[in-house]
Amino acid sequence: MTVDSTARATTRRSGVKRTTKKTASNTETATAATSEGQSTGAGAAAKSTKSAGKTGGTARKTPAKKAPAKKATAKKAPAKKAAAKAPAGKKRAAAVPGEADRPEMVQLLTPEGQRVEHPDYAIDLGAEELRGLYRDMVLTRRFDAEATALQRQGELGLWPSLLGQEAAQIGSGRALRPDDYVFPTYREHGVAWCRGVDPTQLLGMFRGVNNGGWDPNGNNFHLYTIVIGSQALHATGYAMGIAKDGADSAVIAYFGDGATSQGDVAESFTFAAVYNAPVVFFCQNNQWAISEPTERQTRVPLYQRAQGYGFPGVRVDGNDVLAVLAVTRAAVERARTGEGPMLVEAFTYRMGAHTTSDDPTRYRSDDERESWEAKDPILRLRAYLEAEQLVDDAFLASIDEESDTMAKRVRESIRTMPDPPAMSMFDNIYADGHALVDEERAQYAAYAASFADTDEEGR
Amino acid sequence: MAPGEKLPIAKAINSSLRKALENDPKVVVMGEDVGKLGGVFRVTDGLQKDFGEDRVIDTPLAESGIVGTAIGLALRGYRPVVEIQFDGFVFPAYDQIVTQLAKMHARALGKIKLPVVIRIPYAGGIGAVEHHSESPEALFAHVAGLKIVTPANSSDAYWMLQQAIECDDPVIFFEPKSRYWGKGEEVGRGIPAPLHRARVIREGTDLTIASYGPTVRTALQAADASAEEGRSVEVLDLRSISPIDFDTIQASVERTGRLVVVHEAPVFFGSGAEIAARITERCFYHLEAPVLRVGGFHAPYPPARVEEEYLPGLDRVLDGIDRAMAY
Ligand SMILES: Cc1ncc(C[n+]2csc(CCOP(=O)(O)OP(=O)(O)O)c2C)c(N)n1
Ligand SMILES: [Mg+2]
Repeated sequence: MTVDSTARATTRRSGVKRTTKKTASNTETATAATSEGQSTGAGAAAKSTKSAGKTGGTARKTPAKKAPAKKATAKKAPAKKAAAKAPAGKKRAAAVPGEADRPEMVQLLTPEGQRVEHPDYAIDLGAEELRGLYRDMVLTRRFDAEATALQRQGELGLWPSLLGQEAAQIGSGRALRPDDYVFPTYREHGVAWCRGVDPTQLLGMFRGVNNGGWDPNGNNFHLYTIVIGSQALHATGYAMGIAKDGADSAVIAYFGDGATSQGDVAESFTFAAVYNAPVVFFCQNNQWAISEPTERQTRVPLYQRAQGYGFPGVRVDGNDVLAVLAVTRAAVERARTGEGPMLVEAFTYRMGAHTTSDDPTRYRSDDERESWEAKDPILRLRAYLEAEQLVDDAFLASIDEESDTMAKRVRESIRTMPDPPAMSMFDNIYADGHALVDEERAQYAAYAASFADTDEEGR
Repeated sequence: MAPGEKLPIAKAINSSLRKALENDPKVVVMGEDVGKLGGVFRVTDGLQKDFGEDRVIDTPLAESGIVGTAIGLALRGYRPVVEIQFDGFVFPAYDQIVTQLAKMHARALGKIKLPVVIRIPYAGGIGAVEHHSESPEALFAHVAGLKIVTPANSSDAYWMLQQAIECDDPVIFFEPKSRYWGKGEEVGRGIPAPLHRARVIREGTDLTIASYGPTVRTALQAADASAEEGRSVEVLDLRSISPIDFDTIQASVERTGRLVVVHEAPVFFGSGAEIAARITERCFYHLEAPVLRVGGFHAPYPPARVEEEYLPGLDRVLDGIDRAMAY
């Protein structure tokens, strides 16, 4: 500053004190009333009907076979049938269908909790692993519900709920090794959980205290990306690097149905195919991109896009954690063994609003939501575990208790999460520094210090 | 809308779009979530219901696609009004805007026209996550072939959008989102000012503040605060960033001798830098102080909890006034 700052009054004439402000409640919709109508309660799992597994009369129970996932057959998975909208579970009756009536969507656990087989994708998990998947999903849902509640209480500015997508995220997240690398959107709270990212770290950017906030290399989990589709290219480039290094790690790029319209996603398919990059494109088709249904983005089932680029695409029941795990494992294995990219379309549903700022009653019906409620990912695994007597009341109670503890910890840590000091806005802009930043930082420090009521926060 | 009705900016824009759709069958509105939802800010609320899916179009999630196809529609005689959902999401379309939209008229030796309006809710102060609060106007103003305007009140929002849609050149229409749902102001009365004319919205003798979009309100507050301190501050609402009405600024600075430019965008290579350079050239012998700028820093738009410190609020504008007056 060229002028002596003492020439000025020493208190802020705006009368605005440097008090901690609550983040304004608005982002995606600045003023529109948000719908409270969607219950995001974590209690849904607890409401599980014990008989759920026995009500689905059409499903034939087949003993799990240990057919190893056939790598090369993934290409054949797309059914010859054109029907794009086969609802989950419609074709579950066939235990091991032949080529002709091979289901379009890979499913290993019906909505009623019946194990079924698929010719290309098999899974054989021990009781411990099955219980682990259940625990992951319940805790993730609970964390998500807690974050939604914290937004309502004004602790977060915004929250994008993953409600309904737990199986897609846990199933894929658990298919990875620590040395694999994840490129998420902004909704991958369940994948973050699998990577060991502390849930409270996900909240910073939604509280407005940072624009990312974790070390991506800490858990090989990249920062959330808000600009739709960008990260698919980053994932592909990272995978190209892995291939150049001769390593056998894989990369997984998450994106939504809406994102498939972006040029960046199309370009990432091209690059991945051309360079045979070890990347799995994991598209969570949750049927909606804010208010736009998938039909606004595509006229063919999304998994079929892959064919045109020269790599396999598979649709998996995104509410079936076993199927998602099996298919993602196969896709990751392809990547590791030099067979290149694969597209996995996890067919699922966004049970809640797009974000806490959204009001889905304006564009979709309750009926639709209800039909998907019947396919709940947690309920179906629980039904299976109960039918197989793999869980008892003590186990379920311990998960509830763990959820409560985790939720409490999340609440407490968010309430004590400090606002960043104003000066931090000049930090980390460049790795090697920048003269203009230094100048503006010094000017701002002098300006802030010139107020009589400057407190610690301003420094 | 009845002339003289009091509407907030968001509704004034809605009324203006409605009017344009009624008046000209070639006008189409397109963008992400503009149809059934009525846009994430509800600016296009009810338009699809009344004008149909052919004219109020929910597009795939692809900004380059939105602008690129709007160019094609314009080539076919339509007048597309596209919405980019937030400032930070215009960049996938930047290539189409800069390499194609801006230059096509010139490349065709004037034989074709590109009447495309790109509406962009911009600027901060709404407590949002990143990419939802930016002010990228300078990135477009640097490109010849684009016109750039930004209303600060409901009446201008209404008229300026009418004028932008009628304009045969591409217009980027920046909407100050933090002001969308402020108190209603009279809309649709009187004769609209020319689209690119700046307006003196408060007269003063000691210093001129040039502001636009979201900073106009702050500038008026600063003028009020200064009046209490015995300083007479003139406030300009520039309304247009490309072209800039330098004549109006010059006339004001010739009266006051001092100029402070206020915008939310970073000052480094910002519109304030251009104004400072031109006004220094035009008014050198009238200036009592260098032209000063108050605006964003050379930093990414910060997280919501510090945005108040980043934004040119009342105190920072008053600080700018103090500095200019101290010469
Ligand atoms: C480039 C870009 N354009 C627009 C937006 C605004 N936006 C945020 S989320 C979203 C919909 C995304 O839908 P989808 O890819 O299906 O993911 P989902 O939210 O359903 O998980 C939009 C349009 C954005 N973030 N980035
Ligand atoms: Mg989606």
